[in-house]
Amino acid sequence: MYRYDEFDRRFLQERVAQYSDQVRRRLTGQLTEDEFRPLRLRNGLYLQLHAYMLRVSIPYGALSANQLRMLADIARRYDRGYGHFTTRQNIQYNWIKLEDTPAILAALATVEMHAIQTSGNCIRNITADPFAGVTAEEIEDPRPYCEIIRQWSTLHPEFSWLPRKFKIAVSAAIHDRAAVHVHDIGLYLRRNEAGEIGFQVLVGGGLGRTPIIGKVIREFLPRQHLLSYLEAILRVYNEYGRRDNIYKARIKILVQALGIDKMRDAVETEWSAMDHTPLDLQDETVAEIMQHFAPPAYAPPSEDDDARLSAALAADPAFALWFEHNVAAHKVPGYAIATISLKPAGKPPGDATAEQMDLVAELCESFGFGELRVTHEQNLILPDVRRADLPILWRRLDAAGLGTANAGLASDIIACPGLDYCSLANARSIPVAEKLSLHLAEREHEIGPMKIKISGCINACGHHHVGHIGILGVDKNGEEFYQITVGGSADRDAAVGGIVGRAVAAEDVNGAIDKLLDVYLKTRTDGEDLPATYRRVGAEPFKEAVYGAR
Amino acid sequence: MIAETKYQAVTANRVQDGVPVYLTRDGEWSSRIGDAELLEDCADALVKAQADPLRAIGPYAIDVAVAEGEVRPVGLRETIRAYGPTA
Repeated sequence: MYRYDEFDRRFLQERVAQYSDQVRRRLTGQLTEDEFRPLRLRNGLYLQLHAYMLRVSIPYGALSANQLRMLADIARRYDRGYGHFTTRQNIQYNWIKLEDTPAILAALATVEMHAIQTSGNCIRNITADPFAGVTAEEIEDPRPYCEIIRQWSTLHPEFSWLPRKFKIAVSAAIHDRAAVHVHDIGLYLRRNEAGEIGFQVLVGGGLGRTPIIGKVIREFLPRQHLLSYLEAILRVYNEYGRRDNIYKARIKILVQALGIDKMRDAVETEWSAMDHTPLDLQDETVAEIMQHFAPPAYAPPSEDDDARLSAALAADPAFALWFEHNVAAHKVPGYAIATISLKPAGKPPGDATAEQMDLVAELCESFGFGELRVTHEQNLILPDVRRADLPILWRRLDAAGLGTANAGLASDIIACPGLDYCSLANARSIPVAEKLSLHLAEREHEIGPMKIKISGCINACGHHHVGHIGILGVDKNGEEFYQITVGGSADRDAAVGGIVGRAVAAEDVNGAIDKLLDVYLKTRTDGEDLPATYRRVGAEPFKEAVYGAR
Repeated sequence: MIAETKYQAVTANRVQDGVPVYLTRDGEWSSRIGDAELLEDCADALVKAQADPLRAIGPYAIDVAVAEGEVRPVGLRETIRAYGPTA
């Protein structure tokens, strides 16, 4: 993992001291709320329905065991004993007292964490494939580039007051586990014909009230130009992005208005006029950052590893089920990537108690190298588990309520906090997710891979637009209704789902989802996921199933 | 059917912890909606509340209903604010 240097540490200490004084002045009336709000938001502190909410940044979703222990400690000491992992690979605390926030930020600083740029019209946390560096299907570890972008974008003076927030995602894998197509800038690592590393650059993706799939602005950007090209895009956006209408201020609206060709011309013109020299990545710089992400000391597999694993799989069907769904191939023989589901049926998606976080911290040390990942699907990843250790790992997880065998299945639902917590929401998400996950748990293994995503308002924090099945809460004269979409995808075949029809009442959601799934099961061909079926057969069979023949 | 009487009340979030609070008859802020001052028209109370920025953030008027002596908010959002998350 990247470790802070002395400059980083001193900066954070100074920032905490400044913030502590700002809180003191607020509590003694020297700052009004209007004066204080931008200061607290710049430190990740929101005001929600019931309390302040603190959003802590987890750069590209990577955590050390000690960092997770600190997050657990904060949950225990300053919140109600749990935290909520978000669709941006961050963690949120829902029950924070203002007077505690300086101490919390000081505690975070001791483990090289903060809440800076988790709010505001700036470049937010860089997100990435949670399997980065360990999956066999990537061309190169994207984390060093995420770290380079993190350093460049942190407190970038030119991009601290953009027209609107700005999100960048990076992946190097065949399968997109970072929803790259729906970010303001999406980066896929690739090699050119000469075998050189670079990026396919997408721009103008986003969800919210205007969901748009990002478009390719450059097929291959040599890696040394990464920052200068990003800077050119941000400059064009900063100059031409709309500031008169918050709903039209994201870069996707600019790209839509200009068209991708004119946007490309504008960026290339800006890029050509820039002095690249200060930003061009030198090989030594990249190599230095890469050292922080050097592979750990993997042990060679022993002869009886597979035999032990096979015996456990044969002896315990529950473990075998978890292995089937929650374990992915590792690039190093003898190792595996384990997904810890934070989606037990009937529970709020993405929540983890302090005790669970402490346990995962211990497990990532005992069964790995002291690191873990947070996924945008609100689960945790142990990236380096010896295959022979999987049975004991699963038993430890299962005993703590963390052994649910549903990664990538129908009950592995993404859901935003919704109206139970969020001041922006129109309808509840968590109870819908809880009821639906309970309802689907029995048949999800028959269904196979399925992405269900729920948002409590059109801001789409629950990514409903790109769910195989998306559920959007809406308010109709004070009553909660849910609009259902089908056929969306956040993978390489990214697509915005089609609206099935008029919104349904909360009590009718499960029934409507059942009907959509019935159509899918009846219609799909071998190996076809729901978005592929939707593309092949169109929307009509799904509409007819829910609303009847027209 | 239980008869309801509709009123208005003033609510905000407490500065120290963000907890939803309700303006009481004596000008204090209470975290219990049952303590709220019930008004036919809360325009004047809202002006007073807005002049109390050290204790309360963003005061606004809400509709409340009183039935059998119990005060409850009207609408799901205010119900969740008053009683907490439903899940």
